[in-house]
Amino acid sequence: MSSRDQILAAVKQNQPEASVLPSLEGLSGNMPGTLEAYRKVLEGLGGSLFEIKDENEIPALLAEHYPHLQRIIRVGGEQRAWVNEDPHLLEDVDMAVVPGQWGVAENGAIWLTEAEIPVRVLPFICQHLAIVLPADKLLPTMHEAYEKIGAPQTGFGVFIAGPSKTADIEQSLVLGAHGAKSLVVFITAA
Amino acid sequence: MNRQTADHATLADKFNENEPRVDWHDQTLWWVRAKRDKMAWTIPEWEQLREAASRIKLNALGNLHDYLVQFEQQAIQNGATVHWAADAAEHNRIVTDILKKHGVHHLVKSKSMLTEECHLNPHLIANGIDVIDTDLGERIVQLAKEPPSHIVLPCIHKKKEEIGELFHEHLGTPAGNADPQFLTAAARQHLRKEFLQAKAAITGVNFAVAETGEMVVCTNEGNADMGAHLADVHIACMGIEKIIPQRKHLGVFLRLLARSATGQPITTYSSHFRKPRPGQELHIVLVDNGRSRQLGREDFRNSLKCIRCGACMNTCPVYRRSGGHSYHTAVAGPIGAILAPNLDMKDYADLPFASTLCGSCSNVCPVKIDIHQQLYKWRQVLVKEGYTTAAKTASMKAMSGVLSTPRVYRTAGKMGRWVMRAFPGMVNNRLNPWYKQREMPAPPAQSFSQWYEKNKKS
Repeated sequence: MSSRDQILAAVKQNQPEASVLPSLEGLSGNMPGTLEAYRKVLEGLGGSLFEIKDENEIPALLAEHYPHLQRIIRVGGEQRAWVNEDPHLLEDVDMAVVPGQWGVAENGAIWLTEAEIPVRVLPFICQHLAIVLPADKLLPTMHEAYEKIGAPQTGFGVFIAGPSKTADIEQSLVLGAHGAKSLVVFITAA
Repeated sequence: MNRQTADHATLADKFNENEPRVDWHDQTLWWVRAKRDKMAWTIPEWEQLREAASRIKLNALGNLHDYLVQFEQQAIQNGATVHWAADAAEHNRIVTDILKKHGVHHLVKSKSMLTEECHLNPHLIANGIDVIDTDLGERIVQLAKEPPSHIVLPCIHKKKEEIGELFHEHLGTPAGNADPQFLTAAARQHLRKEFLQAKAAITGVNFAVAETGEMVVCTNEGNADMGAHLADVHIACMGIEKIIPQRKHLGVFLRLLARSATGQPITTYSSHFRKPRPGQELHIVLVDNGRSRQLGREDFRNSLKCIRCGACMNTCPVYRRSGGHSYHTAVAGPIGAILAPNLDMKDYADLPFASTLCGSCSNVCPVKIDIHQQLYKWRQVLVKEGYTTAAKTASMKAMSGVLSTPRVYRTAGKMGRWVMRAFPGMVNNRLNPWYKQREMPAPPAQSFSQWYEKNKKS
């Protein structure tokens, strides 16, 4: 018997009686899905947030707050050569500006997928990350987020909440572990 | 496996030689526990969430056979290759074969307690394959040639000065620099090079969804993603108990996991791996290694609900003051003490006794595992099966005799109080383990029964 069949047979024999799944109704309570709530959590995670009218304001804001950026990749921008290149070549990207699908107020997370970001490593390998999210895409909790996301449409998706970080050395929080050292979220008017 | 002659008490003694360090360890973990409390209290539905999570996991255990088959089908449809490993040796062999097939001599690995449990790293090194742990804490203990001492905070036992010293020796940072910000930046540079060179990446799995065949991996550092998205081959290693039924259930677990673990609202990255990227190979290794056996132990099967948050360690008065290495197993602390005897009753017979049975672990567990009750039940199994020392078995038998006969109990109590008063040296000596590191209390003048007789309102 193969290991697969052996394991499955043992599991079948030993598993407890089947029980029903609980309902997930009411688990979100009265969590607010507001911009204020979202901003407070995001800033607590070390991210920053700007409310803008539309995406045209982004270059000026980046120039003001990140004056030394050399290589900026804007998903949806005119430069598209990077999409077909070896992802290792994104190593020198200083700032990536990517679109988000949904934001979660309770934990600051934003859902991104490879439908919008054709190279998976981009939001991780860049030194700094900016996510653009329309204001009406903010939700209270993870339950609403999974409801909206529904069944997977792509091969990869990720919730990103704040810049990459570690507290492995004596529990001292340091921003910028392996992923982006900073995160800025641009909320566009709905 | 992890054959070690020293038991928890002996190793804890060693850890306790440096008292200021034990105090620091204790307080640091308690601080993490306090952060967890603060976070939990911001969610009015916290207890409902714990209950829902516990019941989803119970459902998953009760349908594990079907969910595993469903997960496999979905994963294959998604383009992944699924492997099944009955034990640690088979797991290590499967991983090594994949790497050899691709001619990989050098790879990156993000955190996976399963690969620790299987002792994958030494196996790979013996096969001429160099493996770099990329979680900062894991890299630190790897450089120190130690195992992780905590499943979430692998180097919580290390002082920053020791880490500075390690980095000076291995990464060439200036001697004497122990600034966490500086050391983290140095590790970032060092590990970026590894990510860019690695042809293969191993990751663990936090949750595997039967419905979709996808795997969710949670990190704060981004190391799992840096590895998996750059490598040609991604190998995800998971225990068969990581299965959850549906995608929407992730909402429950992701709300609980990081809040319970470190008091964060969620980890920075919750990555959903479903298909390999074009040109990449995705291998999923499903590992049993005793889990199907534990599933059949009615008293202990709930331990398989564990989502590896580490909250039970942070709150445990014994863990905090004995350190993770004293448990001599990959998963330390209260949860490790109920998982390990299933792997080897003889080697881990000491662990269920490394507890005060205070129950704090069960109170913080996000999936409501009755950890302290299982610790208590394991003790009985281990004594019955003859895995405890002769002295412990004899004293347990004597104790049980005394406790089950009221007359003997009263006489023994009276004698004990008299001995402690008349001959304090009989108990205040090195032979009495209760006297170690503490003074014995003054013997009470009367027993509770005597006091009650006198004071009860008639």
